[in-house]
Amino acid sequence: MIEFFPPLDIRDTFWMPWSSPESVAWNGKIVAMGFMVSLSCGLIGAFIVVRKLALMGDAISHGILPGLAIAFIATQSKALFPMFMGACGAGLLCSFCIEWLNKKTPLKLDAALGLTFTSFFAIGVLLITQMGSNAHIDAECLLYGEIGFTPISEILVWKGFEIGPRPLVTMGGVTLIIIILIAAFYKQLLVTSFDETLSVSLGLPIKLIHYGLMLMLAVTIVASFESVGVILVIAMLIFPSTTASFFFTRMPAILLCSVPLALIYSLGGFCLARWLDCSIAASMVVVAMACFGFAWLFGIEDGIFRKIYFKKKVI
Amino acid sequence: MRLIFFKLYLILLTIYPFGNISATTVNNDFTLVSKTVRFFSFSDHSVQVVILGVIFMGLGCGLMGGFVVTRRLSLFGDTLSHAVLPGVAVGFLWSQSKNSLSIIVGAMVAGFLGVFLISLIKKSTKIKLDSALGLVLSGFYAVGICLLTRIQKMELGNQSGIDRYLFGQITGLSTTDVGSMVISSALIVLISCLFYKEILVTGFDPGYARSLGLPVDFLQYLIWMLLAFSIITSLQIVGVILVSALLIIPAATASIITQKMKALLVWSAFLGITAGIIGSYLSFLGSRLPTGPLIVLTSTFFFFLTLFLHHENGLLLKWLRFRGKKKKIALENTLKAIYQELEKNHFSEDTVLLGNLAKRRRISVPEVYQEVVSLVKKEYAFINLIKSKTLPGENIISLSPNGWSEACRIVRNHRLWELYLTNEVQYSPDHVHDDAEKIEHVLGDETVRKIERILSNPTRDPHGKLIPSQKDIEQGYVTKKSLKI
Repeated sequence: MIEFFPPLDIRDTFWMPWSSPESVAWNGKIVAMGFMVSLSCGLIGAFIVVRKLALMGDAISHGILPGLAIAFIATQSKALFPMFMGACGAGLLCSFCIEWLNKKTPLKLDAALGLTFTSFFAIGVLLITQMGSNAHIDAECLLYGEIGFTPISEILVWKGFEIGPRPLVTMGGVTLIIIILIAAFYKQLLVTSFDETLSVSLGLPIKLIHYGLMLMLAVTIVASFESVGVILVIAMLIFPSTTASFFFTRMPAILLCSVPLALIYSLGGFCLARWLDCSIAASMVVVAMACFGFAWLFGIEDGIFRKIYFKKKVI
Repeated sequence: MRLIFFKLYLILLTIYPFGNISATTVNNDFTLVSKTVRFFSFSDHSVQVVILGVIFMGLGCGLMGGFVVTRRLSLFGDTLSHAVLPGVAVGFLWSQSKNSLSIIVGAMVAGFLGVFLISLIKKSTKIKLDSALGLVLSGFYAVGICLLTRIQKMELGNQSGIDRYLFGQITGLSTTDVGSMVISSALIVLISCLFYKEILVTGFDPGYARSLGLPVDFLQYLIWMLLAFSIITSLQIVGVILVSALLIIPAATASIITQKMKALLVWSAFLGITAGIIGSYLSFLGSRLPTGPLIVLTSTFFFFLTLFLHHENGLLLKWLRFRGKKKKIALENTLKAIYQELEKNHFSEDTVLLGNLAKRRRISVPEVYQEVVSLVKKEYAFINLIKSKTLPGENIISLSPNGWSEACRIVRNHRLWELYLTNEVQYSPDHVHDDAEKIEHVLGDETVRKIERILSNPTRDPHGKLIPSQKDIEQGYVTKKSLKI
């Protein structure tokens, strides 16, 4: 019988993972994976939150489950491309269903959202349970991910060079693409997020940018589901930018803030999981929650203590 | 009544092959029939527990769903169902066993903490509601997963029980679980009957409720509490994520069937119970079919069945009706165009050219030809088909007596309405055409008589054109005398 909170062994938690080159290589991959997942999700998430699409992101992250399951059944592997196609197909179908139900039937948006993503999710769970226990994929893996498997997944080899584990390389590529895309289309994303009328008068293709963002969201979710699972992705999307918004009000600052936050989430989550011996992805979100609570209290822009200091009404 | 039976028959028809396949592929030991008999004869103890469980779950979730969906709080329900997860884990840790009571208390506390945090974030920060919901949902869920993965590592005797709160596992349902379901659904029924009016008015118009002196906040928390009850007791069967489907889908289906709140609640509870029974029956047929997703998918199936086939609000019937009307309007427009062509020549000829007709209708010759063909089928018009000698646009069309009176009727409706709008409603004459263009197809005889009386049997419309009189319609042509006036 183990106690729920084991005694905090500082040496074991903070020093042991980094004591030898082998363990640094091993644990470094896990932390790097966590860092890149939080970073790419945080960057996309800043725009998702501003556009009030947070729950749409939630719905899509649930809705891609049947697509992933079908792609896995068809190819019997977790290769990125078929998974990506399946997830994009299911995600698009999900968002079209929501829009259609919202426009053509008397249902309100919230009911349409809830109805669609729960049904998609149910199909996904049904498919996964039919795959049997011999499959390498199971419902729990899809739902809360296992970032700890990063170092033991197969190594990608390119022209004789060992590049690194597959999830790490894919996630790195996705993060790079997202950073490049946001840097290239920053102005367009910003203006369409805040002022639709202005962007129409500027002649920007609003629909194209919206669906482009949705596609980027789908790519990020697919690349990161293996490590954090489909439900915790939504936390990684919302937490960084809302936490940063307690300190900064300008978009570039909020975007930049996701870098240190991603570092805190991945390192903190890793240490917490090592101490409590629990899921790393979930611990990362718990750390994110703690950061959010800290920012809520001490934020210099919108924090509670600042309001008390300036004798503003808190609630 | 017959319609309901027809629908039930349809449902059975669609479910039968599905059940058949799953029975033959998954399990060969039992045939479909013997399993069905075993399920519906209600003799097996485990089957009894399951059926009672899904009935009370469907009742409770259906009723609460009715309130939740009409208040547009569907995603609150979703958030609440995720937020109870850490409470379930803590409750399990507290009692070190799968004790129903401590888990329910833990889940209640966690759920209320989640709801409280949402309103706190909403009130004290600039964060939007959807982000606040997402924050609480995913944060609490993560804490729950953390605790659950920790519990799995600990060496507790009866640890297999905790995992099922994620997806639900109906086979582990005990009589005490069913007991808690009975209590929670009884509470829901009792309170929603006692405070029906109060809950209704606070849901639809909180400001008015406050002015009546009702305790709005108290009632709000009462609803939250009942919602939390129904979610927690259903967790065992469908799991954390799919519980919100049980709240939303039956109520959404009911909202298509009816607009009245009482009927909506009854329908929603009925659909919840039916989907529960059919879903658990389907999962009973196979050995590895999970109950929760099947119940949800049965619900979704009902939803789409209703959405398309409902006899009043079904999309399919609406579409068919719309298409029928569209066709009728097109025909009437063609008849009107023939009349106008005849009028252009001052009724000196009784035939028109197809090409001129197409020009007036502003569509192509083949399209107008199709419409004329359907007019001919209805014996409204005649067409000569000397295709070899003439171009398609030079086919000659004439009206039959029936077609003539129909065309006159439409033109008469149009011009009477234009005159009515200018004389009685003070529209300017150049603004009345578009309105008349729509209303000419729907004016009934009675309304036409009334307008005639108001305008005292006019003969000219605001543009100076002749309004064909009843006499012209009867005799089959317009007299020269009336044209000259």
